[in-house]
Amino acid sequence: MNSNSFVSISDITKEDMLELLSRAKYFEEHPNSKLLDGRVVATLFFEPSTRTRLSFETAVNRLGGRVIGFSDASTSSTSKGETLKDTIKMVSNYADLIVMRHHLEGAAKYATEVTDVPIVNAGDGANQHPSQTMLDLYSILKTQGTLDNLTITMVGDLKYGRTVHSLLMAMRHFRPKFRFVSCPELRMPEEYRKICEAEGIEYSEHTDFSPQVIAQSDIIYMTRVQRERFSDVMEYEKVKNLYTLRNSMLDVSKPSMRILHPLPRVNEINPDVDDNPKAYYFEQARNGVFARQAIITKALQIDIPNHDKR
Amino acid sequence: MTSDKKELAVAALRNGTVIDHIPTGALYRAVRILGLESLESAVTIGNNLESRRIGKKGIIKVADKEFTKEELNRIAIIAPSAVVNTIRDYEVVDKRQVELPDMISGIVTCSNPKCITNNEPMTTRFIVVNKNNVGLRCDYCNHTVSGKDAEIK
Repeated sequence: MNSNSFVSISDITKEDMLELLSRAKYFEEHPNSKLLDGRVVATLFFEPSTRTRLSFETAVNRLGGRVIGFSDASTSSTSKGETLKDTIKMVSNYADLIVMRHHLEGAAKYATEVTDVPIVNAGDGANQHPSQTMLDLYSILKTQGTLDNLTITMVGDLKYGRTVHSLLMAMRHFRPKFRFVSCPELRMPEEYRKICEAEGIEYSEHTDFSPQVIAQSDIIYMTRVQRERFSDVMEYEKVKNLYTLRNSMLDVSKPSMRILHPLPRVNEINPDVDDNPKAYYFEQARNGVFARQAIITKALQIDIPNHDKR
Repeated sequence: MTSDKKELAVAALRNGTVIDHIPTGALYRAVRILGLESLESAVTIGNNLESRRIGKKGIIKVADKEFTKEELNRIAIIAPSAVVNTIRDYEVVDKRQVELPDMISGIVTCSNPKCITNNEPMTTRFIVVNKNNVGLRCDYCNHTVSGKDAEIK
């Protein structure tokens, strides 16, 4: 067990989050720092995810480290029936850090229990994807200049969307106001509404993606509504276009408002939004490399030159 | 106390443990949790007995065996109302209600088929998030289950 592992956003303190964000800022200013010279990072993708893997591998390469690993479990011993424990123990002999993605929930946490090498969770099924949350936070900080007292509107699939759950857990440290916009079938689960209530966080739920909600928002966080989430196809057809953002809807929004989306998007953001300066989802993905450089160097306890830890 | 004594007298345990006030639906799972199948000593299991406290109840009597507190507290997952009597020389020397621990290791199976614990040879671990209504959260995948619905290994 290595205490510098990064498995779930709920495990990390506000101070750690702020330190990661300040590291991310440093890497945006100094993208090519040879801080990982001589280190080996393993990227074990038991489930393919090209975007996340490339982002992590770019982060390691820009830090001057070396990458080993696989991008698909079919090319690893997992296909021969090797347990996760054995794979992790074997790779621990070779690498200084393990970045892993797995289709099973809880896989990353279990991995931390079988090795002393720090583990970075790059997504475990529907459970956690904390590096996505860090890049979301960094994007919010960068576009708004602060994380405090913001009105965050979450739209689409709030029931199954792990990104909105993790973002809620992270933002709760910063006195946010939440607007939850979804159809009743996909509303924010009770456990997260209860967390808001327990922490005195103001939230409201809306089935209508209305101009009033858009006008209040500092951040609109869009998510994809997936057909397979509905037991009734008719129900999906009814709601699938209710939560689509179009350029014409943005006239009422604040000048500083920005639109985020974890990507890939399908039809929940009309392409006519892309050229609006309030569309931030492509830059958001670029911030992923800086956020991951921050996560990797912190997990390896590598100090940043002239970096105040806050 | 008098009525309890009468009831206990039925099996007339000289030494051992009587677990009383088990909800009828939880009795056989309690038997499994305590591993009674593999015991050599005399075990008496009664179900659907009259109970003034919980209507109908189950009861387990195990001769010549005292369980550790930890072993007994495990059944609090499914039978939080159960009462344990320790008998020595026909006398009840200790009587207490089971207590739900903060963490449960290795008894409950996670109901989420995509949980790592259902796909690796490993021990499950649940955090008790609600002691009153017995709510458990898988420490790996974060799925929650109530004690009465919990699947026992």
